[in-house]
Amino acid sequence: MSTLAQRAQRAATIAALHADAVDRDGRFPLEAVTALKAERLLGLQIPSQLGGEGAGLREIADLCCTLGQACSSAAMVFAMHHIKVASLVAHGLDSAWHCHLMERIAQEQLLVASSTTEAGIGGDLRTSFCAVETTGGVFALGKDASVISYGTQADLILATARRHPEAAGSDQVLVALFADQVSLERKSVWDTLGMRGTCSDGFRLEARDIPVEQILPKPFAEIAAQSMLASSHLLWSSVWFGIANSAVDRARTFVQAEARRQPGQVPPTALRLAEVSNALQAMRAAIVSALRRYEDAQGDVDTIGSIGFSVIMNNLKTTASEMAVDIVQRALSIVGLAGYKNGTPFSLGRPLRDVLSAPLMIGNDRILANTAKLLLVQKGGGQLMSA
Amino acid sequence: MVTSQDIREILATNEVLAPVAEQIGDDDSLFDRGLDSFGSVQLMLALEERFGIEFPDEFLTRKSFASIAAIRETVATVLHPQAA
Repeated sequence: MSTLAQRAQRAATIAALHADAVDRDGRFPLEAVTALKAERLLGLQIPSQLGGEGAGLREIADLCCTLGQACSSAAMVFAMHHIKVASLVAHGLDSAWHCHLMERIAQEQLLVASSTTEAGIGGDLRTSFCAVETTGGVFALGKDASVISYGTQADLILATARRHPEAAGSDQVLVALFADQVSLERKSVWDTLGMRGTCSDGFRLEARDIPVEQILPKPFAEIAAQSMLASSHLLWSSVWFGIANSAVDRARTFVQAEARRQPGQVPPTALRLAEVSNALQAMRAAIVSALRRYEDAQGDVDTIGSIGFSVIMNNLKTTASEMAVDIVQRALSIVGLAGYKNGTPFSLGRPLRDVLSAPLMIGNDRILANTAKLLLVQKGGGQLMSA
Repeated sequence: MVTSQDIREILATNEVLAPVAEQIGDDDSLFDRGLDSFGSVQLMLALEERFGIEFPDEFLTRKSFASIAAIRETVATVLHPQAA
């Protein structure tokens, strides 16, 4: 039996082989996701009594980093899948239907996608226009989903919607829809600078005659606050760390090759390498400390729902996303033209284009504005090891 | 003594809850009535101003402000810590 790290490494090796093609063609990282399924990495978080491995977010974060070094798009698909699974595990154990769903995800290695973004609302997770329309024991849902990452490749989509047609925009539920239960009409194509393989196209989503059991009983407000926001920021940051880490690896290899060519001298680029390794360590520390906070708070609804915790997770997102961009750019300045050119061992074009998405995916200004509001009431204090 | 009516008067000044403030029952979820994260921060600030208190960090949770009854208890605990 291989260790988790070995299984992840095998999947990452396959992801790396196809990363350039995925990027060039803007296509889904099918080989990588097939490998993730073959290594049975999609059901990791699901409790063992439901056929999973009961892995925590720390293990998933490590895998996001491993994959991020190989193929950013595959890593981001893996992260987004596990953000949805984290919500199911945190909020679905009271529902027999959702327990069975988790068994199926683990058994059949189902890929889970998310549909929260909606036309006219943008990225505001906590507002929906569309509403679940229930008739007897079934419901219908139509949604102008302006983004569903890997929507047509997913086996299951978890979509937000208002609880009923008269409900307030923020009174939302999360519904589970199997691929064969929905029709997706493509409305826009994800042709972007980077992260091209996430295939985050826009769709008109229609679902009819879906059993009401497929609506997660917990209000989405709770799901967002208790699991989604934190797991998104933590796992995305881990993907970005993987990208930054591999860029620094290339810079290090480059500097060391220079050093070997001129024995007895420290190449000038070594100083820049020292700086970027400093930044990488700070980024790692920010992620690891936030992950510890999340793990320490597990099961404690009050801590995770608190303003202080939200501020920590928001700060992680803005910090990690900016640092990742900065680190990859510094790495590029170290390797120079060899990094700017495609097809060299030091090429950094793809990672740079991919990582530029980090400050934009949930725009940092939006997060800072949210933090700014929270800071109006948060009190200070705290100590080095506990704040 | 903090009454539900005191709380309801403050809810009536909240942008999101103002139109429905009078119909909200003591135990109704304010979040289901449309209160979002910014709305709850505004609500916390209004309560701090009205009662001349400051909520410590450990009180700044969704649960503490989830309903009129919860707010009443939260405010009372901060006003009279020994009675809690």
